[in-house]
Amino acid sequence: MTQGTLSMDVRRVDGSVAVLDINGEITSFSEEALMDAYAEGASDGTKAVILNFSGLEYMNSGGIGLLVTMLVRANRARQKLLAYGLTEHYRQIFELTRLDEAIGIFDTEAEAVDAAA
Amino acid sequence: MSDTRRSEGSWARPVSTLTVTEVPEGAANLVDGKRLLSPVQGFGKMWQKTYRVSLDRVATTPEAVISAWRDDFPSFWPRGNDFYPPLTGLEPGEVALIKAAGPGGLKFKTGVMVLYSDDVSFTLMTPEGHMFAGWITFSSHEADGATVAQAQVLMRAQDPLSEMGLAMGGHRMENRFWEQTLRNLAAHLGKEDAEVSTHVTCVDRRRQWSRAKNVRHSVAIRSTLHMLKPGKKSAG
Repeated sequence: MTQGTLSMDVRRVDGSVAVLDINGEITSFSEEALMDAYAEGASDGTKAVILNFSGLEYMNSGGIGLLVTMLVRANRARQKLLAYGLTEHYRQIFELTRLDEAIGIFDTEAEAVDAAA
Repeated sequence: MSDTRRSEGSWARPVSTLTVTEVPEGAANLVDGKRLLSPVQGFGKMWQKTYRVSLDRVATTPEAVISAWRDDFPSFWPRGNDFYPPLTGLEPGEVALIKAAGPGGLKFKTGVMVLYSDDVSFTLMTPEGHMFAGWITFSSHEADGATVAQAQVLMRAQDPLSEMGLAMGGHRMENRFWEQTLRNLAAHLGKEDAEVSTHVTCVDRRRQWSRAKNVRHSVAIRSTLHMLKPGKKSAG
């Protein structure tokens, strides 16, 4: 699925963990692509959704707002929301906006998958 | 490839607490040393409020709208509310002080930090003690052949007192505040009597009781105490 300059791929690591690969920009115009991918990944039985930011090109404050909305949905469904692949710059943005207190951040997919278990 | 340079210039640098370097005359600095709070750290229900005005028949661009809005931000606020921008303007990382009209003539003394700023948007984030935890994004875009100006709030009340205040007329006051701000902006850009659309969504109905202790920073309590301090004029 593609919306604007964002494309999302959804992978299932095992029955209960989904990885959403982010490619492109996350802005307020990315809502449909981001939420459609979340809905696909967070189907029945999903215990954790992992966001792969390795392909992130740019994110503005509207994009951060969408991540908050996604976090609310994950909390409501009692799912963990985790992330990996963030550059140092975007790690700092997560700290500045204090999203790192609610979204677990890891260096690699393997570490995120371990934490999801 | 990550467009880091473009992004780095737009976001504030990481800070653990706010620092106000200069307090303009008439302002009160009650935010020094406070931490920023996202909607995640708030107490009340989470709301997304979007206020939008179409500048149809006005020859302008999203860049021009944001430039005018950012450069003259305080002048668009409704009367009785004061916004003290930093001398350097609304640049990422800068802190602005606020005196906002509250119920019963009380003035809420608080502030915001510029979280993000680019050609077509800028975002203000609230610190501990503000009425709500979250951010407000001011943006402009093209839609249906017209330039649109928009303010979007993503927030939770910071504490039980603020939640009660919002439920008892605070939300209505806030809606009127941003609707008037957008009408003032539209008039400045050449569109008188513009109609503002308001769209309010409850993103999360749950209250985060573990955050009830935010009340120790409450702007209502601190502003009242500040007002009662000897040598202070009443109502700020």
